[in-house]
Amino acid sequence: MNDEILNGVLLDEDCYLSMAELSRACSAHAEWVISLVEEGILEPGGSDMRHWRFSAPALNRARTTRHLQEDLGVNLAGAALVLDLLEEIDNLRQRLARLER
Amino acid sequence: MEFEDYYKVMGVSRDATQDEIKRAYRKLARKYHPDVSKEKDAEEKFKQLGEAYEVLKDPEKRAAYDQLGKNWKAGQDFNPPPDWDAGFEFSGGGYTDAGSAEAYSDFFESLFGRRSRSHSGAAGGGFHMRGQDHHAKVVIDLDDAYNGATRSITLQVPEVDASGHVVTRKRTLNVRIPKGVRQGQQIRLAGQGAPGVGQGGNGDLYLEIEFRPHPFYRVEGRDVYLDLPVAPWEAALGGKVKVPTPAGKLDLKIPAGSNTGKKMRLKGKGIPGKKAGDLYVELKVMVPPADTDRAKELYKQMEKELAFNPRASLGV
Repeated sequence: MNDEILNGVLLDEDCYLSMAELSRACSAHAEWVISLVEEGILEPGGSDMRHWRFSAPALNRARTTRHLQEDLGVNLAGAALVLDLLEEIDNLRQRLARLER
Repeated sequence: MEFEDYYKVMGVSRDATQDEIKRAYRKLARKYHPDVSKEKDAEEKFKQLGEAYEVLKDPEKRAAYDQLGKNWKAGQDFNPPPDWDAGFEFSGGGYTDAGSAEAYSDFFESLFGRRSRSHSGAAGGGFHMRGQDHHAKVVIDLDDAYNGATRSITLQVPEVDASGHVVTRKRTLNVRIPKGVRQGQQIRLAGQGAPGVGQGGNGDLYLEIEFRPHPFYRVEGRDVYLDLPVAPWEAALGGKVKVPTPAGKLDLKIPAGSNTGKKMRLKGKGIPGKKAGDLYVELKVMVPPADTDRAKELYKQMEKELAFNPRASLGV
């Protein structure tokens, strides 16, 4: 084991991913990322496709979509719905945690 | 190495049809999918399930496994007999996830792993490709988000050894967790993913932050919530009380006439950062026990002297 301490980059709200970075992080092609934008799963900033910038939470959404597609055979519309429902469930769980104390 | 009963993992009988196996897989995959499921051991179960399905969905592998598995029970100590797979050909449909950092069980690897993966990653002369990005989770405490920390994480990395076999190697990294991280955020470690081919650079490693649940703080985004027990006189008369925070103790001034449920915000005392979160404190009045004669006497005196009906709002 090596004692070197690695310093990474924290992907916070000031940090954006390019299309290339996002597709690489998902082991996917740029076309796939475009299809996620078309489905409304990702909402990039930037004027046109060549300048798209994706926020850090987009990475989590894209990765979940990838897993749902590959593991469960969910299509993009289905994945978009699952993501929305997961977010809602998360909010409800937090409310429940607040009430159950 | 223990024998894995893939039929048991999938909850199907040994004579299940391919359709039944597919249906069982779909159903269990939805139940245990780590992105969807909140079951405790979802990730482990999902991995086992994927492995079982990898074998049972493929008639050739299933036949070989059946041949092998007749006399074995799950958990028994197992070594594959030599040439166990003679006469079976595993064509295609093999290991679908060869680049992933996650490893199949030793049992699976010893039966199907080497064969199906030895074809992948062949690097001809002059061929360059960047290594894949890898992903892992790192579990930290809330204190680490306040103060920063160093965590050592161990990854399982599939590698091709000198004889062309795929082996799983353990790789340990020490990673700085910066102050101010939040649940679900990612840390990118450039060049720490899979090695590239030829002159292609290494992939990156993404670490997703997960907080270990804390016994008394609750975290939402960058804000932190705490129930603060107070004595009846502290709530009624007001005054200064101590509040714990992951960054150390603080004094909090409670206004007179407070009660259970009163919420107070300590601005900027949540998770630190460019835009620091807040710490929300909710008061909880605790009743002192009447376990001595003196205490009982005090309660009786209060009963006599305070005209207090806690149920006035209920009309009784």
